[in-house]
Amino acid sequence: MKVAVLFSGGKDSIYSAWLAKKEGYELACLISFRSENKDSYMFHTPSIDKVEKQAEVMGIPLVIGKTEGVKEEELKDLERVIKKVKEEYEVEGIVTGAIASVYQSSRIQKICDKLDLECFNPLWQKDEVGYLKELVKNKFKIIITGVAAFPLDESWLGREIDDKFISEVVELKKKYKIHPAGEGGEFESFALNCPLFSKELKVVDKKISGEGNAWRMGVEVR
Amino acid sequence: MILVINVCRERLHYYEFVKPVEDVLSGNNIDFETWHYKQLDERILNRADKIIICGTSLKDNEFLGYYHKFDWLLDCEKPVFGICAGMQIIGMVFGNKINNFKSLFGKKKEIGFYKEKFEKGFLGAKGGQELEVYHLHDNYVKFNSKDFIIFNKGRVPQAIKSKDKEIYGVLFHPEVRQKGMIYHFAYLI
Repeated sequence: MKVAVLFSGGKDSIYSAWLAKKEGYELACLISFRSENKDSYMFHTPSIDKVEKQAEVMGIPLVIGKTEGVKEEELKDLERVIKKVKEEYEVEGIVTGAIASVYQSSRIQKICDKLDLECFNPLWQKDEVGYLKELVKNKFKIIITGVAAFPLDESWLGREIDDKFISEVVELKKKYKIHPAGEGGEFESFALNCPLFSKELKVVDKKISGEGNAWRMGVEVR
Repeated sequence: MILVINVCRERLHYYEFVKPVEDVLSGNNIDFETWHYKQLDERILNRADKIIICGTSLKDNEFLGYYHKFDWLLDCEKPVFGICAGMQIIGMVFGNKINNFKSLFGKKKEIGFYKEKFEKGFLGAKGGQELEVYHLHDNYVKFNSKDFIIFNKGRVPQAIKSKDKEIYGVLFHPEVRQKGMIYHFAYLI
């Protein structure tokens, strides 16, 4: 079956894409959204400009949609792009990286249902710590590009998800109830390498902004 | 051992509809085996102490054409828990009719969180309790009240139990937000 992947460039969408490929599905294209609302409920925007590089090293066509990011209105933008992708790439299903957000997943389910497409959420309800361990085990090189929760600060930006990172976020979960996989928006991430890439991406420049416990790192990759 | 039955047509849906149930069991150190319903045989069924039949996606109704593969339920004396598609299979095997939401109520499919009130205690939920449950379904079963107890209030049976057997079913997905029901079935029934 040909599928399209809703793709943010972060760990969840890329791991879902890899699971789909591993299970024999053809990744016909990636769909990314450039949202004018950095706090969109539906689309995670950090590093979205860099997904073109990721698509390039995966050898998968990238479709970029645009949205103003107005709550609920952005769903119409998403539906329009998915409909176009269904026609152009003849996909029969959409793959998402949803883990626990019923807000996101139920809306995408409804769009897929309306367009007569299968909806795949292979990370759905996944144990967060086990998931992070799987990323490391399967050689996904993921860096943190955004934080937004106490006591996270600027020092977390650029960190790679590895065993040390996992043990620290497990402690943060115990003390502050932070979701270790960042499902509550605590972390934003970006994939530099994974089994779907033909080569590793290197960070050649970065731009850090933020304050307190909310920081973002824009990266240039090559 | 708890036998977990996968009814998904698509391989990728295993992660969404079966793995979360497995995770509840493994997280509580409960022994289980998972098999696709097309692979089941008497040997596997015989070594199970309890059985969970999982759900599948909105578009996947393939199992409806194969419900006779579950005829063993008629003579089964082991506790069984059917989730969404699993509940529909239980309904069909015991002679109840599948209905479509749209054709009957002119209503769209149920997708997302809904509140359901339980009139009697059900797998850890207390009688009178209202729970937020995750719906993802197009069809439902009109269970006959002669053979089945219906636990929720509302137009559509969301939670049922056979009057004669330890056979339970829910139309919603307890692996989302109501994991305790799976644990209750696996550990306490």
